[in-house]
Amino acid sequence: MSEFFQATVILGLLTAGVRLATPFLFAGLGEMLSQRSGVLNLGVEGIMLIGAFVSFYVAFESGNLYLGLLAAVLAGGFMGLLTAFVSVTMKAVQGISGIGIHILGLGLSGLFFRLTMGSISTMRGFPRLAIPILKDIPVLGRVLFNQNWMVYAALLLVPISWAVIYKTTFGLKVRSVGENPHAADSLGISVTRVRYICVIIGSIMASIAGAFLTIGQHEAAFVNNIAAGRGFIAVALVYFAKWNPLGVLAGAFLFSMIDAFQLRIQIIDIGIPYEIPVMLPYIVTIVVLALSTRGRVLGPTALTKPFVRGVHT
Amino acid sequence: MRSIKKNVRSVQSIELRNVTKRFPGVLANDSVSLSFESARVHTLLGENGAGKSTLMHVMYGMYAPDEGQILVNGAPVNFRSPKDAAEYGIGMVHQHFMLVPSLSVLENIVLNYPSPRWPFLDLAAARERVLAMSNEYGFGIDPDAKVWQLSVGEQQRVEILRILFRDASYIILDEPTAVLTPLEVKEFMGVLRRLVADGHGIVFITHKLNEALEISDKITVLRSGKVVGETAPCDTDKNQLAGLMVGREVVPTWQKRGAAGEKVILSVRNLSARNNKGLKALKDVNFDLKEGEVLAVAGVSGNGQKELAEAIAGLRRVDGGEILLGGTNLAGLDVKHRIDSGLAFIPEERMTMGVVKEFSLIENVILKSHGTPEFASGIFLRAKKIRESAVQAIKDFDVRTPSPDVVAATLSGGNIQKVILARELSSRPKLLIAAQPTRGVDIGASEYIHKRIVQIRNEGVPVLLISEDLDEIISLADRVLVLYEGQVQGIVPPNTPVEEIGLMMTGGSTHYVVDGCEDSETPPTPK
Repeated sequence: MSEFFQATVILGLLTAGVRLATPFLFAGLGEMLSQRSGVLNLGVEGIMLIGAFVSFYVAFESGNLYLGLLAAVLAGGFMGLLTAFVSVTMKAVQGISGIGIHILGLGLSGLFFRLTMGSISTMRGFPRLAIPILKDIPVLGRVLFNQNWMVYAALLLVPISWAVIYKTTFGLKVRSVGENPHAADSLGISVTRVRYICVIIGSIMASIAGAFLTIGQHEAAFVNNIAAGRGFIAVALVYFAKWNPLGVLAGAFLFSMIDAFQLRIQIIDIGIPYEIPVMLPYIVTIVVLALSTRGRVLGPTALTKPFVRGVHT
Repeated sequence: MRSIKKNVRSVQSIELRNVTKRFPGVLANDSVSLSFESARVHTLLGENGAGKSTLMHVMYGMYAPDEGQILVNGAPVNFRSPKDAAEYGIGMVHQHFMLVPSLSVLENIVLNYPSPRWPFLDLAAARERVLAMSNEYGFGIDPDAKVWQLSVGEQQRVEILRILFRDASYIILDEPTAVLTPLEVKEFMGVLRRLVADGHGIVFITHKLNEALEISDKITVLRSGKVVGETAPCDTDKNQLAGLMVGREVVPTWQKRGAAGEKVILSVRNLSARNNKGLKALKDVNFDLKEGEVLAVAGVSGNGQKELAEAIAGLRRVDGGEILLGGTNLAGLDVKHRIDSGLAFIPEERMTMGVVKEFSLIENVILKSHGTPEFASGIFLRAKKIRESAVQAIKDFDVRTPSPDVVAATLSGGNIQKVILARELSSRPKLLIAAQPTRGVDIGASEYIHKRIVQIRNEGVPVLLISEDLDEIISLADRVLVLYEGQVQGIVPPNTPVEEIGLMMTGGSTHYVVDGCEDSETPPTPK
């Protein structure tokens, strides 16, 4: 028990925490973009599963991890197109259609896994890439700068997302479309186009988050339902983050640290049933969401509302 | 101004030729031909639903015309979106403001405008230009303020700035004065004159005759999608214009009979309540409502009128104070008991609070009384009785409907309001609260609603009328109560000069002397 709090253990915990934050960052930042434009993409979990399977399968068969990642990008793009078609063009109720996309992703990934591979295989995922000089910083060096490149990419996406949303003309369009699409439309912005772009980019990022769960691991493998609710947590994260990239970063770390913590607790037997720590991230999700609705800031007020010209909701 | 304008595409004239626009079941514009010139205020006058906004949405590229042509400077154009119209220098201020509340003034102005630092925004350069324009027109707008922090009048100026920023030479204003106080309207007219003096062409949409006569160079009257008259202010008068708008002569079909009684029916004492944001919306409101009296509540939108109506109706919890109706304090009672005490309520939001829009007219008419022995035996509804009574009420209140079984959502605003009147007044109330009873309702239905209100007033029922339409207030009220920031600013007779009431609405003149107009010109000293 006392061993648990030793420095090396805590260091290991933090390192794992940063690694586990990666899928939350990809999926969460992507979902944030989608929601900023006014579309709730609840199918993130399903898209992650497809990304996880496709990337692993292509990488395993071709022996090329980058080809696997490219396949995940394409699959994610396709799922995004489907989601956008259903929610934007067909104006479906987004809460319900998202459940459909999730089940589709869950089913397809499981089905194709059984048809093509059938049993669990493993391969080497992206290796660690220590960053010279930075890796020698005490503590921080090991925690942050001795990870694989996908982790760095996810972390870099935080300032990039921030700049895109607040500093670019595209970001301004996205914010206006998500809050008052009538205003955007009256100035000649195509609400449909902006929403398609955001949903597709968001889905690609969800798919990459899925790919990280397989080929982004040192020992890459695919198992059924590998996302295990992380996609849904990513959706919750966006609300927690109040649609701000820095909030997504904070939320991603909060959940990944809890995740890392519960994994450690499972391993070292401290006398409580392992199911209890496994529940932790989900319990925290519910508590955080219940609390974060208080003092709600001005978010994308057109979220989940399909746009019809001349009909003010 | 000239020096900072770039690529002005100057519009000399815009011509609409035989423009027809249909929506499912509605012919919104029926072969309309009109021409507009620069440096002129051209007013489009017409009732709600006359097709003014639709016509302008066609001219602004939001709707494609089904038939007809638009010509700019004599050459035909084909606008596929507002962006195309904007490139021709046409801008529009919509009835619902097209602003994004959480964004700053600057961000709203540069939205979808080419940035010199693409793909990044260049707010610094825009700020300079916006400040220069804001100063030139005396707008006094802070470019970095968030739009939700601005007053309605300021938001309107942001809309105008945005159009000027895009070098528009032609500006369409859709009912711009509907949301303004009398004082703001005056300022707004000044802005229009300056814009015209600069060479801008203005299309001014309104249904207010006074405004049309005051500002226009040319007035076109639309009715049922057609042009029914074209004139200039010096060639016409209010009566003629009203007749053109409605298609018949407008004579009030009602008359107030007798003075209000002395017996106090409703007495509101130190009433306080909060708004939805949890802020104080009513602060120690006191007034008496007497037998056979219309007490009209005037005020700029958002000064506590909505909260006052809801607090009395039982839809909003009160922080303190008493609402005495015939001696009973309603303040602690639930809605059911208030209704049973004789309270009738016409809510502001007719579609969401006034009716259940998916219910038939019959169901809507008996919403309040469905539990009474007349319409129910035990847990069962007495369908036949309900139908008979509801059909009669629908007839009595002149609801124009194909059948009493259609759902409320299919009716026009005016007819829905009549359904609500039928329900509220057939229960023989002791008190009527009417919140914005004629907003967005056509003149015909509006007249009818006024007639009914005056009728029950003449029968001795007191009416608390909440309205943002000063003409309505002045014509119906026995006394006018002005609310400002949740406080009673004063109670004055309806023949008080409109300017005076307008001043009170913006917080001035707390101690206006009833029946004395000595200080009508001197602005009062703020507290």
